[in-house]
Amino acid sequence: MGRSLKIIGGEVYDPANGIDGAIKEICVEDGKVVQSCTGPAEVIDATNLVVMPGGVDIHTHIGSPAVNAARGFRPEDHRHVHFSKKPGLRSGVGSTVPSTFATGYLYAQMGYTTVMEGANAPIGVRHTHEELIDTPIVDKGLYIELGSNEFILKFIKAGEMEKVKRYVAWLIRSLKAYGVKLVNPGGVEQWKYGKDVKNLDDKVHYFDVTPRQILKALAWANESLGLPHSIHLHANSLGTPNNYLTTLDTMQTLEGSRLHVAHAQFHSYGGENWGGFCSKAAEIAEYINTHPNITTDIGQIVFGDATTITADGPWQYRLYKLSKNKWYNQDIEVESGCGIVPYTYRENNFVNSLQWAIGLELFLLIRDPWQVFLSTDHPNGGPFYLYPWIIRLLMDKPFRDEMLKRVHKRVMPETILKALDREYTLYEIAIISRAGPARALGLKHKGHLGVGADADITIYSKDSDKEQMFEHPVYVIKAGETVLRDGEIVHSPDGKTLFVVPPDVGEMDPTFKTEFENYYTIRYQNFPIDIEDIPNREAIPVGDPR
Amino acid sequence: MAETQFILITGRSTKQGKTVHLGKQAQEYRDEISTLQMNLKDIEALGLQDGGQVKVASKYGSMVVKVKKWDIPQGIIFIPYGEVSNALIGSDTQATGMPDSKGIKVEVERYG
Amino acid sequence: MAESVAVKEPYVMTGVVCPYCGVTCDDLEVRVENGKITDVKNACVLGKDTFLHHLEGLSTPRLYGKPATIDECIDAAAGILAKAKYPLIYGLDSTELGAQRASIELADLIGANIDHTSSVCHAPSYQAVMTVGIPTCTSGETKNRADLVIFWGCNPAEAHPRHATRYSVTPKGMFTPKGKKDRMVIQVDVRPTPTTRIADAFIQMKPNSDYEVISALRALVKGHELEQTEIGGIAVDELKALVEKMKSCKFGIVYWGMGLTQTRGKYLNLVALLKLAQDLNEFTKFSCAAMRGHGNVVGMAQVLTWQTGYPFHVNMSRGYPRFNPGEFSVVDLLARKEVDAALIVAGDAIGNFPGSLAEHLRSIPLIAIDPKESDTTKVADIVIPSAQGAIGAGGMAYRMDHIPLMFKKVVESPYPSDREIIDRIIAKVKAMKSRGNGAPAPAGRG
Repeated sequence: MGRSLKIIGGEVYDPANGIDGAIKEICVEDGKVVQSCTGPAEVIDATNLVVMPGGVDIHTHIGSPAVNAARGFRPEDHRHVHFSKKPGLRSGVGSTVPSTFATGYLYAQMGYTTVMEGANAPIGVRHTHEELIDTPIVDKGLYIELGSNEFILKFIKAGEMEKVKRYVAWLIRSLKAYGVKLVNPGGVEQWKYGKDVKNLDDKVHYFDVTPRQILKALAWANESLGLPHSIHLHANSLGTPNNYLTTLDTMQTLEGSRLHVAHAQFHSYGGENWGGFCSKAAEIAEYINTHPNITTDIGQIVFGDATTITADGPWQYRLYKLSKNKWYNQDIEVESGCGIVPYTYRENNFVNSLQWAIGLELFLLIRDPWQVFLSTDHPNGGPFYLYPWIIRLLMDKPFRDEMLKRVHKRVMPETILKALDREYTLYEIAIISRAGPARALGLKHKGHLGVGADADITIYSKDSDKEQMFEHPVYVIKAGETVLRDGEIVHSPDGKTLFVVPPDVGEMDPTFKTEFENYYTIRYQNFPIDIEDIPNREAIPVGDPR
Repeated sequence: MAETQFILITGRSTKQGKTVHLGKQAQEYRDEISTLQMNLKDIEALGLQDGGQVKVASKYGSMVVKVKKWDIPQGIIFIPYGEVSNALIGSDTQATGMPDSKGIKVEVERYG
Repeated sequence: MAESVAVKEPYVMTGVVCPYCGVTCDDLEVRVENGKITDVKNACVLGKDTFLHHLEGLSTPRLYGKPATIDECIDAAAGILAKAKYPLIYGLDSTELGAQRASIELADLIGANIDHTSSVCHAPSYQAVMTVGIPTCTSGETKNRADLVIFWGCNPAEAHPRHATRYSVTPKGMFTPKGKKDRMVIQVDVRPTPTTRIADAFIQMKPNSDYEVISALRALVKGHELEQTEIGGIAVDELKALVEKMKSCKFGIVYWGMGLTQTRGKYLNLVALLKLAQDLNEFTKFSCAAMRGHGNVVGMAQVLTWQTGYPFHVNMSRGYPRFNPGEFSVVDLLARKEVDAALIVAGDAIGNFPGSLAEHLRSIPLIAIDPKESDTTKVADIVIPSAQGAIGAGGMAYRMDHIPLMFKKVVESPYPSDREIIDRIIAKVKAMKSRGNGAPAPAGRG
């Protein structure tokens, strides 16, 4: 029998079960939250402490061929921060692209226990799994990037939607993936010609399909397979002035379908060009407020060093030209690609400061916290371990106003931030960092503290400085075991890799194998991943088709 | 460049890659890694014939090897990677970690 | 010839992944009878011999020259490594992910320097990538799209025999239905090689002038006029013609090799080349890629990067990873005679290093884990035979373009895998350290 534990006297925030600060006992046994313990239980006295489910990060780039390329080509990123080995703990480095052991420890130190690796080309998923296996403590899953997948483009061109569905199912099953990601749909294929797509009706070369068609086809396939999470979308025109129009057009195209808009901050810009760069957060928030089918994570920027890593090749090339920093690009046969450019967000840079304000506007203008989730699109907007600073900005208006005074002075008249008095409550923070992402992901046993939930629990001290509070949990419990106490990691279990088993929707055509080998340079038989290569794992059931 | 000064290139050869599986003591392997490819005109200028022996000396060491005539520009010689070529390569990496394994100035003279 | 472990029925394995050169063909068919590989289909001559000769030249367990058991060897190795003050772990290209992981865990545990064969191969290429980045692609992009392929300072016909037929010269791809007829292949080198036969054009240059030549190409791409008539032995008119071809192709790619990494300029040659490829993206789609060799060297770089942050030249002696070419690179460590014990795994250190380094390696406790006898095992104090990666032991490996594939276990081996041996050494070292038998905690190196 696993450890029995009682957490008593704590102020519990469990929004999925409607608990808003009630003093409540939480019982844990065998790694799960239980009604009561069957035998003698250890007691954690949480009097005057805040108890929340462990954090759930719905969008982060922590381990993949692209992330590793970023790590490898930025040795200068690692010199500032290192982690010495300790008994039971491996050494590592930071800072914007930390090494894998350090990543697990850093997330655990922040009280996070589940993370989703945001973008993976199918042929490299084997690599992603191995990096995730080397990321201790947290449970994790991965999305596969399909927005410019040449087989999907081919099937859409031929009107063969059933084949799209079967192919998506085959990929998820073969690769032990969690969900479907789209990055600049169509644009990443255009990048193979050095181009991009300009709008949702721009045709992709040779395949003659449009981003709009790709969005609809993959949303339909995703929903008809009953996948627990909606499609996860890095929309077209990221980072470009006036892209809010593309974002609205995109959301309107998928009206009625679930949709997760990733890092919305980067997609809420106005202005004809960089000179006219302005915020359209209000327009985007308004749409989200009137469309409950949409969830979003913000992709809030934090000032300081970042590393931009996306599959959005043409965008990364533009950022390279703008920033004159070094530029890594890898195009991936048949599937996708990646681009990487180091970047620093500066307070005295007007655009960066306005980006910062736009992210906060979105947080504060989107009314329902169940639709908006905390992220920096790590490490694109900045490192994940600065989430506590963002939490303080959301909860502490004076602190926010101080920061607004510090940033570039042209920002004040360009943002409505000063007029936004809203302060997030602990209940709302628990939603945007735990309960909401878990629900959007369809992870029924994460993000809450009801009976049957995984015993992933974070206990914080009540501190008026919310950044300190969320930066220094008092206890972190993962699957019922204490992993952090008094600021130190005391136990480093392996987390589980979460993956989805899609329904059986029929085999791929016999011709598919031949075509696979025509266009790829590996054997079809060597593509699927053996489940035994993922020793710690958990299958998440699909729901009904929507 | 003096007549006896050459630029040495070391590298892979198919034969070296094949014969290494026989073990590094195998005769075929040892023959391949101790054979120097040289332009026939250069061989003759040294007073030798195809198959003759030369001493190759770099700053770091010298080895006696057999020359084989080859379609290679004059002034350049090639020997496959191996124990013999290693004797001629120094450990100065100019702080890059990589020794000068190609483009090395060597002196070559007839041996015996 | 060693005894093989007999399995009753002959069998054929398909989709076998070859460990030899970096092209990492995954279409080999290997026939096994009575524990011996008797036939290999689809491999090139190098891969075929790797599999067919799997029972030849095998190493035997030895302690200070005398036969010993594997356990005795492991005990002795652990004893040496636990006490060493500045150990080196090296090699690791001819093995799989599990062994590479274990070696990094061991390095972390004993505060070792850990480096691998990239150090004397493509490390300069990655030092350049660290400096400026790179526009690159996987091999299928070349197969499907490339109409201009340039081989610079490399000899795939001899070093990567099936590269031309699988990826870069003859294959018919999505937008290259006529195969070789849809491509122009240019070779740039200091001497003709067997690769010249598969190229449409050969540009000969003087040794040690790559940096100047590539810089001239960059200048021409950017529209500058050159005063010179010849650079590095190449006529400027010929350079201008090359630039025209590069700017007007639909998808161009430069593959490079040791001709750039091992000659004067080292990583600076690559900085120039990578910038040239980046610059060409103003005009067309242009890419470049390293011809990585020695099997799974990319794999070691990958896992070392994700676990320590750095791809090579790593030092753990302060209890956390540090990186510094020239300081922690293996050739420099050995040249300065700083290492006091060395563990060489699945790689022939002495066979691939400047000769003077062999002297230092022979003078310190030297442990070799290798399925075959080599220049290193010949002089090692402890020799531990292992199951050969991709033949007697399976696990994950990487192709030269970073695509991961699985080595299969094709035959049984009487010896444990590299991974298992290193895991056992780790367990023994941990036990020794907890009993206080290890070296004192490192205080840094001044």
